[in-house]
Amino acid sequence: MSGIIKKLSSMLQRGEVSASELAASYITRIEKLNPVLNAYVSTTFEEALKCAGEADKMIRAGMATALTGIPMALKDNICSDGHLTTCCSGILSGFRPYYDSAVWEKLSAQGAVLLGKTNMDEFAMGSASETSCYGAPKNPVDVTRVTGGSSGGSAAAVKAGIAAYALGSDTGGSIRQPASFCGTVGFKPTYGTVSRYGLIAYASSLDQIGPLALSVEDAAIVYDAIRGKDGRDQTSLTTPDGATSLETDIKNLRVGVPEEFFGEGVSDEVKSAIEESVRVFERAGAKIKRVKIPAFKVALPVYYIISCAEASSNLGRYDGIRYGYRAENFSDIDDMITKTRTYGFGTEVKRRIMLGTYVLSSGYFDAYYKKACLLRGQIISEFDGVFRECDVLLTPTAPTTAFSLGAKSANSTQTYLADICTVPASIAGLPAVSLPCAVGAGGLPIGLQIISGRLRDGTALAAAAFFEREAGVTAELCAEVKL
Amino acid sequence: MNYELVSGFETHVELATATKIFCGCSTKFGASPNTHCCPVCTGQPGALPVLNKKVVEFAIRAGLATHCKINTTTHLDRKNYCYPDLPKAYQISQFDKPLCEHGYVELESGKKIRLTRIHIEEDAGKLVHERGYTFIDYNRGGVPLIEIVSEPDISSPEEAREYVEKLQLIMRYIGVSDCKMQEGSMRCDVNISLRPEGSKELGTRTEIKNMNSVSFIEKAMAYEAGRQAEILSSGGKIEQATLRFDENTGETYVMRTKEDAQDYRYFPEPDLLTVKIPQQKVEEIASALPELPLEKFRRYTDVLGISVQNARLLYRYKAVCDFFDRCVLLGAGAKNTSNLILGTIYSTLSTEEEKEAFDIRVSAEDMAELVRYVDGGKINITLAQMTLSKMLKVGGKVSDYISEADLAGISEGELEELCREAVAANPKAAEDYKSGKLKAIGGLFGYIKRATQGKADIKKAEEIIIRLLGNDK
Repeated sequence: MSGIIKKLSSMLQRGEVSASELAASYITRIEKLNPVLNAYVSTTFEEALKCAGEADKMIRAGMATALTGIPMALKDNICSDGHLTTCCSGILSGFRPYYDSAVWEKLSAQGAVLLGKTNMDEFAMGSASETSCYGAPKNPVDVTRVTGGSSGGSAAAVKAGIAAYALGSDTGGSIRQPASFCGTVGFKPTYGTVSRYGLIAYASSLDQIGPLALSVEDAAIVYDAIRGKDGRDQTSLTTPDGATSLETDIKNLRVGVPEEFFGEGVSDEVKSAIEESVRVFERAGAKIKRVKIPAFKVALPVYYIISCAEASSNLGRYDGIRYGYRAENFSDIDDMITKTRTYGFGTEVKRRIMLGTYVLSSGYFDAYYKKACLLRGQIISEFDGVFRECDVLLTPTAPTTAFSLGAKSANSTQTYLADICTVPASIAGLPAVSLPCAVGAGGLPIGLQIISGRLRDGTALAAAAFFEREAGVTAELCAEVKL
Repeated sequence: MNYELVSGFETHVELATATKIFCGCSTKFGASPNTHCCPVCTGQPGALPVLNKKVVEFAIRAGLATHCKINTTTHLDRKNYCYPDLPKAYQISQFDKPLCEHGYVELESGKKIRLTRIHIEEDAGKLVHERGYTFIDYNRGGVPLIEIVSEPDISSPEEAREYVEKLQLIMRYIGVSDCKMQEGSMRCDVNISLRPEGSKELGTRTEIKNMNSVSFIEKAMAYEAGRQAEILSSGGKIEQATLRFDENTGETYVMRTKEDAQDYRYFPEPDLLTVKIPQQKVEEIASALPELPLEKFRRYTDVLGISVQNARLLYRYKAVCDFFDRCVLLGAGAKNTSNLILGTIYSTLSTEEEKEAFDIRVSAEDMAELVRYVDGGKINITLAQMTLSKMLKVGGKVSDYISEADLAGISEGELEELCREAVAANPKAAEDYKSGKLKAIGGLFGYIKRATQGKADIKKAEEIIIRLLGNDK
């Protein structure tokens, strides 16, 4: 069994290393690797050492859990009291929230050690983390390549071993796609199973927090620690008690392979890696079904209409009045707001705000937003149909392996296609995990996506854990980053 | 040409829930700026709203009290616009599926002002302009509001006044709002248009925003109707516009015209769930509704026989009605009770606020006891008034002021004896009266009042004295 959380945890429990020493060693590694990787955009070393001290007390008191004393990172859009949280946007430069997100509240109560905030696409809008105002993070597997996005910094930090695990957020693939590009496990849970309280919104009906980790087991441990109903998030859901079981009866597992996910744009090496993964399940006795999700073809436009509509509203609050960046030299309040937004937001964010504003405008609402909502319903019902005859679906996570830095940043519709395999599950709010399934050209990781039915998060994770054991392809730590 | 006025109202009413609509902050008015605030109501990045169930309950109560149909499945929407007092740059409101629809408010005449809808939403913060700066106070941000939208059924400033006052009364009776216009807990937007008398078509309307006093509403409507009539009779056209009423000049001014009307880009609030209200809950709320103002007014006049004028003076204050109804329930006669309230008690309550609060030192139990003595002829109204005055001033029970002897009263014989004494002691007054100076009799009353400490029935004494003086002739 791979993964790192249980290994570190047992070392801590046995006293082979203290949480403080562990934190210090991660800090040293961050100081060495981060200048090149740019995975962290702000660090909280002082906080980390304080958390570690608390963790050591918990361990001595016999109150430790698997996550006590484990050094980790939060994506830069997840609030923690007093720490910089900027969504990698100029408009939130210097912003320190004065409250904790629900997820950090839960993790810190377990003695988690926060190392810092990770790089991301500005407001999570992007698929390569290149829209970050701090510059793109680099893929530890090949530093000339992108990490994917938007949770690129989290994926890079985990892969490079400068965080044992990290939280990301996934709106249209932002956990899974960078996990695929960097060769880690990334899990987007069922929409609502993890509270969004304290996650700075991009698209409220799609945003979901989840873990990036070095193994399915690690991801499941973190998922179990952060999930559950939260009174502060009305869209949050009650989840089953107890730890998620990773056992699966493979002979009775019905595995669907939706053909639309293998269409144009998906590279041959990715296609054949996924087909090979399907055979791993088949050989173990799972029932393989070729299925169809015809609404796949509308998923990307539906996603961009709904997410941009919500974003245009969610991002209206950044006006320079209460927090974050404020433009200088303005003539009146309107001028101040205009200049703040003009200089504070990056190009991609502005593009999506304008797109979203347009689709919600009177006269266009019915043709775009309303229609997209109807089609969203159709996508959901097609998934429902498929999950009546399947337990999981196997698909590529991304159409390609990690591309070169700067290769697609000039063409946003090209970048949008990087999400084509991940947005359908996002639109339907379904749980989906991405894990490495093969190594492609240039040694670049290829990700397998496993989607399951709503609230069947355990099914997806257990299938992933089976594959991880069986296939022998694991999300190994990238111990030697070629700088 | 004669024109008739057509007016519809959009009225915002702050709900008197203890906490805000989407967070646990207090709704109390008048606190230091930005002390009733949290991440949610100041729109901090990452904060999420949670709908306060009490707000839905209060709004349903308001809907039922105005005869609305309740939509038991409803949702909230975002209304997007940018203004510094709105920290999220959208107001959470309701657009296409309001909580309440198709109601009415009945006027005393029986005319019904139809209500299109009542929906729930959050209030914005407040801009404070001081020392050349603009400050923002978010205490009011997130205070729950209902917006009550009427059909264009109002046809005069007087009707508008009654409509607003009726709404105020209804909301106060059912305890959902104090509707204090001067504190902003009730505000009206007034839509006005004119049309040729008898015409069915609606004219182009203007909207006067944010009126916070009933008398200003009347003034503004009268002014605006006059302005529109002038334009129309000289062959002009009304331009659809949003207006502001200047309280100092008594005139309306254009704030913006239709060209710069905002597109609010409404869409369903993704952070909140569909609101589903069990039918049973609606029925529970309906059965717990108190007697409503107009029902009360009609009971006072038609059943209790109180004059229309007096009934009006009573039913406009909820606390007064509660006191009055309790007295009547305890066996006090309605007429004597209302007379004592409107005379003696009201004379100690000078302002509207004092009458609304009706914070007096006399309990309904004591009041009822006193009135029962008057009803039963045990004491006269004068003594009752005097006693009540003292109780209002210093408190105490009826028995502290009225003795057994008082209740026994002054017999006819005793009174006649007193009258003779009065005439004997005031020969000058008696002479004057006889010579036609009828007012002189007052001097004799004074003697009797002093001798009996006001307990004597002066009406009876007058009869006796007239008889005595007449007999002397």
